[in-house]
Amino acid sequence: MQVPILKQGPYLIATIQAALTDSDIVQLRDALVDQVVRHRARGVIIDVTALDVMDSFATGTLRDIAQMVRLRGAETVIVGIQPDVALAMVQMGLVLEGVTTTLDLEESLAYFQHKHNVLGRS
Amino acid sequence: MNPAGEATDLSVAIQNETDIVTARMRGRALALQIGFSPAQATLLATAISELARNILLYAQRGEVVLSVLENSHQAGVSVVARDVGPGIADLSRALEDGYSTSGRLGLGLPGVRRLADSFEIRSSPEGGTIVVVKMWCP
Repeated sequence: MQVPILKQGPYLIATIQAALTDSDIVQLRDALVDQVVRHRARGVIIDVTALDVMDSFATGTLRDIAQMVRLRGAETVIVGIQPDVALAMVQMGLVLEGVTTTLDLEESLAYFQHKHNVLGRS
Repeated sequence: MNPAGEATDLSVAIQNETDIVTARMRGRALALQIGFSPAQATLLATAISELARNILLYAQRGEVVLSVLENSHQAGVSVVARDVGPGIADLSRALEDGYSTSGRLGLGLPGVRRLADSFEIRSSPEGGTIVVVKMWCP
């Protein structure tokens, strides 16, 4: 199951649409990093609303994505972690340190736009 | 349940990555069916995902067996993850946070232990590894 990646201005939006295998997540990582480079994107939004489980592999790979994207001068926002999934992550001891999270897509776009406007003006 | 009222085991062979997803989805469905809340069902599915991945990663193949538990006042699900792989050389370290022999986070097994109501593990080079996790519906 491939994750579609949309380009909206300087941002990339990846919307996970169903449960993913480990290879699917790795493929998403590679595709995102590739596209951040190709489009000189400033922000990456990953919508995980439809993800059934965030286990250690998924969490670790999302952290990797955020770090790789950061090394390219862009930032990653994770959107839509479901309450049940968040509970399981906390109980497992899984943390997404250094990664911004928002409740929905709109909020993540607003976050980026605000940040980039502020930076643009200074 | 079969007509005799006994719980039937549900075995999912773990041989590739898709089986990890299948196992956790079956586990979630079973949990919801016997009255787990969606949040508890997600905890169970997460545990199954970790255990199934460990099978694939360290033993290449094995199985996850799901069964319904019942006592006088509660229902629950037991997950038995077993393989005949090389076993875990250092069990106590494998249960420590951040320890991994595969360059990963090392939070799989200790995480599963934290979220389960009961957790047992046995491992030997001859017999492989068996993990038994139980979660009860409060």
